[in-house]
Amino acid sequence: MMIDLAVWLILLPLIWASLAFMAGPGRGARLAIPALGLQLLLVLLLAGTVSESGAIGLAVGGWGAPLGIDLAADGLSVAMLLLTQVIALPLAIYARSYFQVKAPEGRYFWPLCGFLLAGLNGLYLSADLFNLYVTLELVGLAAVALVAADGGSRQLVAALRYLFATLLGSGSYLLAVALIYAAYGTVSMATLAPVITAEAPFVVWLAGGLMLVGLMIKTALFPFHFWLPPAHGGASAPVSALLSALVVKASFYLLLRLWLGPFAGLTASAGLLGWLPATLGALAIFWGSCQAIRAQRIKMLIAYSTVAQLGYLFLIFPLLTSEAALRAGIMQAFAHGLAKAAMFMAAGVLIKATGQDRVDSLAGAAQQLPLTMFAFGLAGVTLTGLPPSAGFLAKWLLIEAAIGQGAWSIAVVVLVGGLLAAGYVFRVLRQGFLLVPAIAADAPSFHPVPRTLEWMALLLAAASALLGLRGVELMELVALGGAA
Amino acid sequence: MTLNEALPLAVLASSLLPGLVIFLLPDAWTGKRTALNLLGAFTKLVLIVILLVGVHGGADYDFHYAVLPGLDLVFKVDALGLLFMSLSAILWLLTTLYAIGYLEESPQRSRFFGFFSLCVTATMGIAMAGNLFTFFIFYELLTLSTFPLVVHRGTDKAMNGGTVYLVYTLTGGALLLIGIIWLHQLLGHSDFAHAGIMADLEATGAISGGQLKMIFLLLITGVGVKAAIVPLHGWLPQAMVAPAPVSALLHAVAVVKAGAFGIIRIVYEIYGIEFAQSLELLLPLAVVAAVTIIWGSLKAFFQDDLKKRLAFSTISQVSYIVLGVALFGPLGTIGGLVHLVHQGIMKITLFFCAGNYAETLGIHKVSEMNGVGRRMPLTTLAFTIAALGMMGAPFTAGAISKIWLIEGARAADMDWAIWVLWTSSLLNAAYFLPIVWRSVFFRAPLAWPAEHLSRYGWRETAWLLLLPPLVTAAATLVTGIFVTSAFSPLAWAQFIAQQEYGPLVP
Amino acid sequence: MTSGLLFACVGAGLFVMGGSGVLLLKHLLRRILAFNLMGSGAFLVLVGMAQRHGIADPVTQAMVLTGIVVAVAATALALALVRHLYRLSGKLELPEAADDD
Repeated sequence: MMIDLAVWLILLPLIWASLAFMAGPGRGARLAIPALGLQLLLVLLLAGTVSESGAIGLAVGGWGAPLGIDLAADGLSVAMLLLTQVIALPLAIYARSYFQVKAPEGRYFWPLCGFLLAGLNGLYLSADLFNLYVTLELVGLAAVALVAADGGSRQLVAALRYLFATLLGSGSYLLAVALIYAAYGTVSMATLAPVITAEAPFVVWLAGGLMLVGLMIKTALFPFHFWLPPAHGGASAPVSALLSALVVKASFYLLLRLWLGPFAGLTASAGLLGWLPATLGALAIFWGSCQAIRAQRIKMLIAYSTVAQLGYLFLIFPLLTSEAALRAGIMQAFAHGLAKAAMFMAAGVLIKATGQDRVDSLAGAAQQLPLTMFAFGLAGVTLTGLPPSAGFLAKWLLIEAAIGQGAWSIAVVVLVGGLLAAGYVFRVLRQGFLLVPAIAADAPSFHPVPRTLEWMALLLAAASALLGLRGVELMELVALGGAA
Repeated sequence: MTLNEALPLAVLASSLLPGLVIFLLPDAWTGKRTALNLLGAFTKLVLIVILLVGVHGGADYDFHYAVLPGLDLVFKVDALGLLFMSLSAILWLLTTLYAIGYLEESPQRSRFFGFFSLCVTATMGIAMAGNLFTFFIFYELLTLSTFPLVVHRGTDKAMNGGTVYLVYTLTGGALLLIGIIWLHQLLGHSDFAHAGIMADLEATGAISGGQLKMIFLLLITGVGVKAAIVPLHGWLPQAMVAPAPVSALLHAVAVVKAGAFGIIRIVYEIYGIEFAQSLELLLPLAVVAAVTIIWGSLKAFFQDDLKKRLAFSTISQVSYIVLGVALFGPLGTIGGLVHLVHQGIMKITLFFCAGNYAETLGIHKVSEMNGVGRRMPLTTLAFTIAALGMMGAPFTAGAISKIWLIEGARAADMDWAIWVLWTSSLLNAAYFLPIVWRSVFFRAPLAWPAEHLSRYGWRETAWLLLLPPLVTAAATLVTGIFVTSAFSPLAWAQFIAQQEYGPLVP
Repeated sequence: MTSGLLFACVGAGLFVMGGSGVLLLKHLLRRILAFNLMGSGAFLVLVGMAQRHGIADPVTQAMVLTGIVVAVAATALALALVRHLYRLSGKLELPEAADDD
């Protein structure tokens, strides 16, 4: 039973993506939305199974490793699967009504979105390094295609930059897989975990380094973030939401998994190693936030905010000796995923309604589109880490872990980062709350937008806030089966 | 869930739910919105009366709820919390009435009242918080829900005021947060308890007094921003751009009181008054409060803008509460606690009156108030009573606060504090009496700056604008005269002090 | 030096060359070719170093085959994007500064 659950999570999106492709440009929404509902159900069932009987593993089709493919699901992977489906369903409903109005942008959205989700689900369920490479590449290529699908030369340039960055990242990863296989003759994470120790030969250290750099490029950690803002800021709103909320989390998850799993022996022996991603993360927070505060276009602002928010994820690495840091990381992944999807969706509504995407053109938005501004504000509250929100809990856990280990610098970075986030969030809100007399000659005109768009943005924003009131189940799920 | 667990939640829900529904109502549905507002306000009052009776009888109202493993949201209704809750609930009702009159026909009323209700919900959460984690959640929620109120007018000036407000409060919040987490990390919890929770910790010897002092500094700075302690007060005069009901609510009840209330909780129920005294934390706090009292009064003296003058007066008056807390001994505590209520009643009266002047005649400055007493006698009467109360004139609520504070200072051997209080009273007189004098005895101008509402019989302005200040002015007198009744703020403050100091309280 | 190790060293060399090509080259077609070079380098390492005792390892063969499929797909996507960009802008290079105001 549980076997089927995991496999179907990968197969279902592949099936509806293929059908959507065959159905022709712009079609497939009616298939995708129920299928995504079904996927959500499957994940919930899987979560139930895992919390009852612990981590599970299975050999697909009865072929075990090394020639077959092994899948595995533990608390960490189920949590990421859950995040993916929870965001994907409202996003699909949003996208359906978004692309109805403006068809050419969404011609290839549905098949690509399906392949992307199949890749993500596959990645979270994979148990060996090579299979992870394949899914990582599938996710990357689908994401690039989604960015390019908008069709303008601006998007194409962004997509190509993204493509080369992601290929470079996965290329490093692939070389590292080759080195690991050469050293140990296996790519199964479970087998590797006990054999890689601090006394490992140089090639293994090299492989670890290659993976670290490759995945940092793919997660757009400062200073490898250059590709992210144009790609995420340039794509259409549903695509931006998908990329910012979910895609970058995949490579982060992989890095975390490797750090705690196969490479635990190395990372534990080199205690200072964790400070490398953490330092870069801190720089990302400052750099991304400052760029977001200066950004003129609203989607660029949100994209730079993603650069900053990803920084928080990397602050946990020096603290991973305590369970709290892992919890903080997952909570931050959820907080950012939900809030960022909501924020891009709200931005999509604002851009549709005003016909422009400059922050300055938002005056009066709070009057005309109160629901959307409220959604944006709620998502902003999460990103800023103010209570009650998942972002606040993430911050609480992170600071607590940092203080507990005497890492005051991290606590300070988190707090300052929160204030900077408030800077860019309230820049938008401030503009939105400006009252423009309706009779003024230069009063902006607001086009009507489908209410579905507004409500879906609000739904995700509310989810990000409400998770801040109930994080127990999620944290218990993450603790299950341990990540190590 | 038992009834005693559900009651705190019901108190929150009585303003949260109407607030959320109001957000969705179209602006034109004045009747339905008003009905919802009043329903919520009265329900809350009833619930609080039930709680008052219960707590007086020794009942426990406790609600625990796990947010994260090892991290609980805790609501607890105790005497101290109820003091703040009763004040908020009563003044919420009056301010709502006032706001309905004030905002008639202005845009975005549903948004205004929605956030207004959220604001009160946050205040209730602060009052009922059973640990610092819960306190912080509602403390920040208060910041978030007041921001849209401060910038409600949507002008550039409002936005700038709102931005200053946010910069101060969010930075304060960040400091508070780090203090709370540090404490939580050391103790494993941050529950409020009578006589504090820190004393055992130091006894184990694991933590140095220096660390505890550092945490104290972080916590007090964090809540001190909202309590507008000098030099953290810069936001308050800027926030005066808000509509009058917001100023009334912010300055008399919600924001500054939340800060002062936080200081009380931290000193009494986290550190414990005796432990705080042994760490030598109280004297610096008293000095800061004294500086704030004098500084606020001095600045108020030089303001021509009426609301700004009131704002600086607030800065000064709120620190009376802090001073009372910092005076080691039950008398000072009682003085501080009772001033929490008294200052609220008096200051909200003043802001209601200022709003009336502005809304009726377009008067915003002290220099424009010549002869206004003849045009608006009732408003001016209310203003005068409240101003006299602020000075500490006999038969007003302010006198009671001042007597207990002075006695407290004497008992604590801090005679300099008595001088501070007397100086402040003189300064209060110096900036309030000329206003009263001017409005009563000066000749009225030929035309008011902008007369929005004309006189109708003896009703000098709209009903809903006139009623609330009269009620609160009357309350100023009633609480000042009937101090000995069982449910007066003073009696309740004595009840609280008894719990903090044991049965030795006079 | 065994032949396996030789393969691996050549593979590593190719990988470095390809990787720097992806980073440094301007012409988009060259960058795509450089990416393929990089991929081939990695495959060579995989095949070469895993060749224990002179016997080919079927697992690496399977991996390399899969890898080639992925690389072909990536190349196809890249070529499609480049062709589209050429049609729109007439250029085969990316603009200098990232366009991110």
